[in-house]
Order: sequence, then C-alpha cells, then structure tokens
Amino acid sequence: MAERAQPITALHVAGGAVAGLVALIMLGPLLAVALAGEGAGGVRPSDWAAIRFTVLQALLSALISTALAIPVARALARRSFAGRHVLITLMGAPFLLPVIVAVFGLLVVFGRSGWVSHGLGLVGLPPLDIYGVHGVVLAHVFFNLPLAVRLFLHGWQEIPGERMRLATALGFGLGDMRRHFEWPMLRRTAPGTVLVIFLICTTSFAVALILGGGPYATTVELAIYQAFRFDFDLSRAAQLGAIQVAICALATLAAGALVIRVPLGQGLDRPPVPWQAAQGPLTRASDAAALTATVLFLLLPLLALVGKGLPALWGLPESVWWAALRSLTLALCSTSLALAMALPMAALMARWPWPGLELTGMLSIAISPLVLGTGAFLILRPVANPVALALPITAVVNALMSLPFLLRILAPAYDQAERTQGRLADALGLRGAARLCHVILPRLSRQLGFGAGVAAALSMGDLGVIALFSSPAQGTLPLEMYRLMGSYRTDDAGGAALLLLVLSLVVFRVFDRGGARHAVA
Amino acid sequence: MRHTILATALTLAVSSTATAATPVLSVYTYDSFVADWGPGPQIEAMFEATCACDLQFTGAGDGAALLARLRLEGARSTADVILGLDTNLTYAAAETALFVPHGQDTAALTLPIAWQDDLFLPFDWGYFAFVHDTSLLAVPTSFPDLAESDVRIVIQDPRSSTPGLGLLMWVEAAHGDAATDIWAGLADNIVTVTPGWSEAYGLFLEGEADMVLSYTTSPAYHLIAEGDPTKAAAPFKEGHYMQIETAGMLANSDQPELARDFLAFMLTKSVQSVLPTTNWMYPAALPETALPEGFETLITPGKVLLFDAETAAARRDPALNIWLNALSR
Repeated sequence: MAERAQPITALHVAGGAVAGLVALIMLGPLLAVALAGEGAGGVRPSDWAAIRFTVLQALLSALISTALAIPVARALARRSFAGRHVLITLMGAPFLLPVIVAVFGLLVVFGRSGWVSHGLGLVGLPPLDIYGVHGVVLAHVFFNLPLAVRLFLHGWQEIPGERMRLATALGFGLGDMRRHFEWPMLRRTAPGTVLVIFLICTTSFAVALILGGGPYATTVELAIYQAFRFDFDLSRAAQLGAIQVAICALATLAAGALVIRVPLGQGLDRPPVPWQAAQGPLTRASDAAALTATVLFLLLPLLALVGKGLPALWGLPESVWWAALRSLTLALCSTSLALAMALPMAALMARWPWPGLELTGMLSIAISPLVLGTGAFLILRPVANPVALALPITAVVNALMSLPFLLRILAPAYDQAERTQGRLADALGLRGAARLCHVILPRLSRQLGFGAGVAAALSMGDLGVIALFSSPAQGTLPLEMYRLMGSYRTDDAGGAALLLLVLSLVVFRVFDRGGARHAVA
Repeated sequence: MRHTILATALTLAVSSTATAATPVLSVYTYDSFVADWGPGPQIEAMFEATCACDLQFTGAGDGAALLARLRLEGARSTADVILGLDTNLTYAAAETALFVPHGQDTAALTLPIAWQDDLFLPFDWGYFAFVHDTSLLAVPTSFPDLAESDVRIVIQDPRSSTPGLGLLMWVEAAHGDAATDIWAGLADNIVTVTPGWSEAYGLFLEGEADMVLSYTTSPAYHLIAEGDPTKAAAPFKEGHYMQIETAGMLANSDQPELARDFLAFMLTKSVQSVLPTTNWMYPAALPETALPEGFETLITPGKVLLFDAETAAARRDPALNIWLNALSR
C-alpha cells in the first residue's frame, strides 16, 4: 500500500526473507541441472510445437474453468440451502486428487465404455471420444473448476454485509449489483484465478499425455521427461525448465496488468444478508441449473471412484495403511511450513505490491517437478544422502507447491484487511504481533482455514519428489497406490485411491471448517 | 517446524549409519520390484539369511529412470548392484564405464537366445505382446493385420516408458524399412498413448481399449492371482520382441564380494522360482518344467526378436522419429 505509509515490521522482513529463500530453492535446482549438463543447443522445432500446445491447452483450460466458475460461485454466494457446506467441501475434491485417480474417475463417466457412452449406446449413438485437446481441457476443467469456484466464493463473501444491506434498502436490481459489487470484485479476483489455473496446466504431464491421444499432445513437461530419460541431456532439460519459468513469468506479468485493485468498501464485519435482488423465479432457476450441472460434472466421477474402491478398501495390504499414516504426518508438517511461509509473504505483498513477489510465489507451480527433484538431488548429494532425506524433502517441496495457492487465497484478503482496518489500527498504534493477532488474523481466519486445508490435501495427494528417490519403507499413500497399479493390482489401487480421496477430504474439511468457525464474518 | 524436519532428518541419518557394523549391500532397482508384493522383500529375506549383511533396496521409477539416476550419481554412486536395466538400456549403461564384468557362469541360463554380454547378467525376461480379453472377436495376428482392423489399442510413450520403447524396437525388428507404413496404419487404432505401463494397463482394464501393449506373461497374473482365465496375449506372425532384465555390479562398489555373491544368488533356484509369480516375468535360469502351474497356458512365439544392445541403441533415435512423425498428424 504505497499510499499509506505503514511501517515495515519484522513480519515484512520475514516475508522478504521467505521470498528470497523460495526463489533460491526453486531456481537453485534449475541452475544445478543446467551446470551438470554439457551446454545447451538451440530450441528445436519440436520444442516450439510443445510450447504452442502447452500454452494453448493451459489457456483454454484456464479461461473455461474461470468462466464456468463465476455463475456457480455466485449461486453458492446468494443461496442458502441444507447441505450447502458439505456440497462446497465435496465440490473441492477433484482439485485435491492425484491426477491419475481423477483421470480414471473421469473415464468411468466420460470414457469409451463410460456411463455417458453407455447411455448414448442405448439410443443408438456412437461412444464419446474423450481423447484429444477437448479431453485434456475437460480434465483440467474438472480439476480446476473447484478451485476457481472457491476463489470467487471468497470474493463474493468479501463484499461487506453493510453494503449489501444498503443495496437492499436502495432496491438494487441484478444489474445494479453487477455494476457496483460483482464487476469490481471480478476485476480483482478473475485475473489471478485465470493465472493460477493457467500455471497449473502448463506443467501438466500425465493428463495431457493420457487424454491427449498421442504425441500431438506433447507438452513442455513431456519434452523434459524425454531430455532426462531418453536422451539424458541435462542442459536441454534445464533449458526446457527455463522456458517453463519464462512462460510463468510472462503470464504472471500479464495477469498483474489486468488486476484492478478496486476497494470493495469498508464494513464492520457484520454477517452477510440474503440478496433481495436475486429472489426472482428466473434467477432462482438459473442458479439451480448452474449448481445441478456442476454437481453432476464434479461428483459423478467421484461416485465412480467410491464404487470402484469400496470393495477393496478393507482388504488393502498393511503397507498401504502405514503409507496413509506417513502421508497424514507429512501433510501436517508441510501445511505448518506452508502457512509459516505464506503469511509473511502475504503481509509483504499487501505492503508492497511488486510483481516479482507474486512471481516468486507462483514459481513452484511453474517449475517442472522433475527438474526440481533432480536439481535437489544434485545439490544434496555431495552433503547428504537424499534417500535418507526423502520424507523431509518431500515435506518441504509439498509446502512450496501449495504456496502459490495459499498466497492467492491469503494475499487479497490480507490486502483487504489492511485497507479496511489499517487506518484504525494505525490510529490505535497497533503494530507487530498485536496488529497481526487483533486486526489481521481474525479477518483472515476463513482464508487461513481454507488455505491450510488446500495445502494439507494437496500434500496428501501429491506424488511429489518422493517418487524420484525413495526406499521401500518410505512410500507415501500416492506412491503406494502407483506401486499397486504398477503390479496389476488395479482393485487394490482403486481401494487406495478411495482411501486417499477420503483422507484428503477429511483433512481439508477439518481445516476449512475450523477456519470458517472462527471467522468474524 | 524446521526443527521437526531437522530432527527427522537426523534420526534417519543416525538410523542408517547405526548398522555400519554389518556390511551393507546397496541395490538400486525399479520401484515395483521393491513393493511389498514384489520380489524384493522375499529376495531380501532369503539373501540376508545367508550373507551376514544388510541388503538395502532403493527404488527409482522404472528401468530408464534407474539409468538416469545412476548417470546423475556417476562414479560417486553408493550403489553396489543395479537391478533391472533391460537390453534397450544396457548399451548406454555400459558406455558410462561404471560397470565391471559380472563374472558369473551363464551356462545355466534358460533364455531362448544365447547370452553374450559379460557386463550384464539376465535375471528375468518376457515377450512384449498385445493383451486382450478372450471375448474379443477376430484377434489380429500381425501388425499389418492389426493396422487394417478396427481393434482399438492403448500403448505407452517410448519417451517415458520402457515397454513403449520396446514396442518401437519390436516394429523395427519385425518390419524394418516398412516401419513407417506400419505406424501410419496403426495411427487410427491407437486410442491413446500413456506415460507408463500402469496407466495403459489400467485403461485397458477399464474397457477403454480392446488391446494393450504388455507381456505374454500378463494373462498369468489374472489366471493365477485372480483365477480369471479371460485374458490372453495375441500371437503375432512376425514374432515377438524380448525384454531381458539384467543385473550389473558397479566398479566403485565397496562390497565387490557381496555384490558378486548377490548376482550369483539372483540365478539360484530359490530366487528364480519367486520371480514368475511376483514379477510376472519368465525366470532367466529355470527349466520350463519348474514354472508355476498356469504358465503352460501362455503363448510361445514362433519367432524370437531381439536387437543386440548396440543395434538397439543405434536404431532408437531413428525409430522414435518415425513414430513421432507417423502419430503427430
């Protein structure tokens, strides 16, 4: 906040230190891989094709997810009905699932022998062909729609209750609501939402390959795989990794230019009121339609996973349960670490909206996991045994991977809290820990809970770097599931996937509800 | 938080050095080998019963990831034995100059081909094959036959998967100059190309494709472990390409005696008879009559195809280009 000379505190300094550390941890491995190679060649024509495909599918996925999320989030924001909270939690599940699990869930519904194809067959139509760019986009929307919905829902909830009361008193119609509240809120939230989904999709590997239908759908990440495994050309891998970072930087700057920080107005943290303007039958019907369609799209594949996994759940090998325990512990560690990093960074971003900070926060989704893992391996190897450190490294990397989401969730709310309460806090001379505890944290409770939930569940579900260096006794639940899949044990793998789904949802729900319960608004 | 991590790290470091009194044999292998239900745990128990040592397995993805891992570590690798490089990888592995001859007598090998390599010792092998459900009508009998049919197949990407690379070699070995036409013909049969074997086999079991690239031994898993006789491998007239999985010992091993003992141990009857029903491959040194019940139902290819390691390495890149060009349209 340049216009308000809020003093720089220890928290801001910590934020700067964290940002520097994150940049180092992210870019260090890239450099290590580059240095281990033998000098890079030029960018090949096939690389340009991979870049084109990567950007195209990511952009389509981001725009479609965001566009679809707006009516759904609005419907959730202005309706209240029984089971709304449970529905919101369940709808978040696809985002938290390991890629491969979600893909198989989607295939049960949309695959060639899926439910939809079966239905089409009954009326004499050919089966659905999910393989191609449309399939990749469909899967990415399935993953990211929940995230977009939640980010927008927070946006709507940030509109102060007092303003809504005033709007009701003034007899605002839907058009007035759009002009005065929704449009400014979307201008603040939408570019960041598009950005974060775009970045997630740029490092897509398994989805693009499985549903892309063939080498036409080669992403930059797959090219990195090829450089590593097929050609063992580390320079090339690092060069492609740097291209991914460049795409990320350009996208972050572009999104930053589109954000307009319009204040949503100040309020006294009173609870929100129902929208008077949205009580017409037509609006009700359109909200109901948006919600029903989304619920079917997001929950049918989850239902398929439950159906497949349930029979195998009780007979799972013992190692799976140990892996589950290990994953839970890991999730709690990386969540604490992620929060400890994100809060100071969010504070600094509210104080000093420099795009470089945002970019640093975004790096970890833009950087190839393969480059990161290999680089970390190269750096650690001379000083320690990376295999012995597999679990701690995974905890740190998982924390870093959830940092972009935490920042996206926390930073706007932090900014809003400073904007609305900052001057009063200044006048009262509240600084440091007191300011954080009495002014900021109570207003961030909802976001902190949600962010912690996302971080914990992502850590549960992410295969992560552990796949690169693990010993048999260190398997996490996703790794154990892959091992089952890799040895014909598809049924057990289905059971492990269900266990993972349930555990991820439970940790997410515990944190998310915990945060909402302490929310002042 | 950071303290917890440090503490965990220290505990792990301490626990791994505490047993320094007993010699440690470090074996790198692919991930599914060391799973609870894989051959790893049984082999570990059996070897440790005789060696007065601590056998430590480290899993690293699949065969190609294993080789990449070894190249990253280079001469500083703490591994003594590398288990699971196949003949499409051994040439590149030999070029690293990190391996020393296995020094084992290969007379006991029961492979369908003669084994020449003195750096890498086979421990199990299989034939690549397209696996289908027995309800599939008009099962293709060759690549041209498959290309002409409307049978839908799912295969693995040769850039990220060892069976995927095996299929490239299979088409090369069977059709050589006509490989371009074969791939062009197969393009419309391919439902999709997956990153690895697991995803492809999963898609097949989900009914997304009629056939999947796997091994002639895959039906044995369904028959023996699940009592399900409905999976079969399609015999192709051109013959089937082999995958031979090998073990090799590293020059820089600090336990060369143990490493050599382990290589010899890999060919003993006790290990060899564990492999068929844990790794679901043919053992490399076990007579056919000693195979578990159920293996006699598997197809035996009329012709065995295999490039030697050097030829495989030389034909890999051109074969990949043919594949990419044919399927990228």
